[in-house]
Amino acid sequence: MKSSSPLKWFATREGLYFVALAVLLVVLLPLALDPFRLNMVGKYLTYAFVAIGLVMCWGKAGILSLGQGVFFGLGGYCMAMFLKLEASTPEATAIQSTPGIPDFMDWNQLTELPWFWEPFHSFSFTLLAVIGVPVLLAFVIGFAMFTRRVGGVYFAIITQAIAAILTILIIGQQGYTGGVNGITDLQTLNGWDIRTDEARTILYFVCVGMLFLCLFVARLVQNRKLGRILVAMNAQENRVRFSGYDVAAFKIFVFCLAAAFAGVGGAMFTLIVGFMSPSFIGIVASIEMVIFCALGGRLSILGAVYGALLVNAAKSGFSESFPELWPFAMGALFIGVVLAFPNGLAGLYQTYVMPLEDKIFKRNKGAQLEAKPAEKAAEPKPTAEKTPDYDPMIDSYSPEKS
Amino acid sequence: MSAAKSKSGDFLLAVEGLTVSFDGFKAVDDLSFYLDPKEIRVIIGPNGAGKTTVLDLICGKTKATSGSIKFDGKELTKLKEHQIVHSGVGRKFQTPSVFEDLTVFENLEVSYPKGHSVMGALGFKRDAEVINAVEEVAETIFLTEALNEPAASLSHGQKQWLEIGMLLIQKPDLLMLDEPVAGMSVTERKKTAELLRVITRDHTVLVIEHDMQFVGDIADRVTVMHQGKVLSEGSIEHVKSDPKVIEVYLGH
Repeated sequence: MKSSSPLKWFATREGLYFVALAVLLVVLLPLALDPFRLNMVGKYLTYAFVAIGLVMCWGKAGILSLGQGVFFGLGGYCMAMFLKLEASTPEATAIQSTPGIPDFMDWNQLTELPWFWEPFHSFSFTLLAVIGVPVLLAFVIGFAMFTRRVGGVYFAIITQAIAAILTILIIGQQGYTGGVNGITDLQTLNGWDIRTDEARTILYFVCVGMLFLCLFVARLVQNRKLGRILVAMNAQENRVRFSGYDVAAFKIFVFCLAAAFAGVGGAMFTLIVGFMSPSFIGIVASIEMVIFCALGGRLSILGAVYGALLVNAAKSGFSESFPELWPFAMGALFIGVVLAFPNGLAGLYQTYVMPLEDKIFKRNKGAQLEAKPAEKAAEPKPTAEKTPDYDPMIDSYSPEKS
Repeated sequence: MSAAKSKSGDFLLAVEGLTVSFDGFKAVDDLSFYLDPKEIRVIIGPNGAGKTTVLDLICGKTKATSGSIKFDGKELTKLKEHQIVHSGVGRKFQTPSVFEDLTVFENLEVSYPKGHSVMGALGFKRDAEVINAVEEVAETIFLTEALNEPAASLSHGQKQWLEIGMLLIQKPDLLMLDEPVAGMSVTERKKTAELLRVITRDHTVLVIEHDMQFVGDIADRVTVMHQGKVLSEGSIEHVKSDPKVIEVYLGH
């Protein structure tokens, strides 16, 4: 298998796409942008986590969730609760009638910290909760829906309803959650001030690192038999079931995976933006996330990252000059994607750019072979040659660029 | 009835008193039949007799209202679909249902009986054993040349064979085929009959078929269904000469 030689993988086409994205995010953007703009890009990237999850869940397995904001929000709120507790020391909140609890609790006449806030004093618990809480909720929803064979548009509507419920719950319980304003005025992470330009730049790089981690996990899943089952399930659910697979378990898995990615994205959002509020997790936000994924290409995990970046950049650009026009532009984008290029940017790239690359690649490969004949000869490749026909890394079924 | 029940241990499949009712309409009505190991049984009957529903009930796609299905001594009516598959029952659908986006190789690999849990599928490795099994089945179903083709590019008949191959690689004890030669050309029919003859050497097979020539070629015994019940059962000659069968089915 090719994966046994990780260095060689970077020279494959897929590897080069990953390298290109890494160069863009790690070198080009940090050099070209000031810390404020780079922080904005970091914010856009947190949505890319959700979009990658949607590629796996919706693009591959065919489960459309219109409530990914819920998991994004839960991850974000978990992180925000930790940061808020750290900011609410008795000294810093000495003017409150109950010092030592978050300010919004004091305004709402709470006199002690609610029980579910207590564990968020611990940073390691918070890190676990950032993934664990969204996954747990996804598991409960998935188990309830998929074992009962609820799918398609019904599932989409239910996830949307859950997004609405969570928003209403958070706004309604403002003593416990900060209400419509969210959890604000976050200052330090384990004593490290996250509001400085330097901290924000570091957080940006942490975000990029986490993003690549998620990309590799998603890639691992899609290249294994598990990934093929997900695609197969999308097209012929009954055949998968009568080939001996528990379809519900696979759906629950991929839904939980998407929730985990979204949770990580949400936590990074809180760190990078510095607060969390219900407006980022509701129905509108959740649908926007689906648009990032659709525009980037719902079958391509790398496409999803570009989709999240471009739509958010366009949103910021548009909103700065013509704020009232953005919803129309967004709607037009979505209709355009659905009608004109259903596989999104990744699909366009595959149709128009890849054939050009093929020509260039072939020329380069020939040149390389002539330049380094000795090296090639010294390096035996027994595993790759044994079964050239059935290379598991050849992803022939998925029309994507990654 | 009690005599039949005590006998049911010797049969590979014992269907007893099976009934399913859809809003009061009994698609299968108190149906009983028994399959010996290595037997080839063909179910025939006019449209709407409940033939496909019987297969749906055995493989768990439809839940029975009452009655029992004992397979190898195990009660199937309580099991989930994938558990029924794991206990050794393979089902081919009437219209070819293969994974069009996957290659022939991948179609067979997905059906290989290993790595069926989520974690198993994540850790699944394409080792020599899997490749051998796939190649062996591909040869049986005449698709060696097409292993790397996407299934979408296959002809209708080839898709039917592929689906049969996907069952074979599961190594089931009982194969259920719903109209395996429907829509096939004459040459494809011949090849399919040949394929079935190979398969029936070491599998118990339950087939639904309309083509009487084909039925005569392959069947050990024939069960004729009418309005959800068994109308007649026995050898093809016996069934063909049964006046009840002639009236409802063959006479037309």
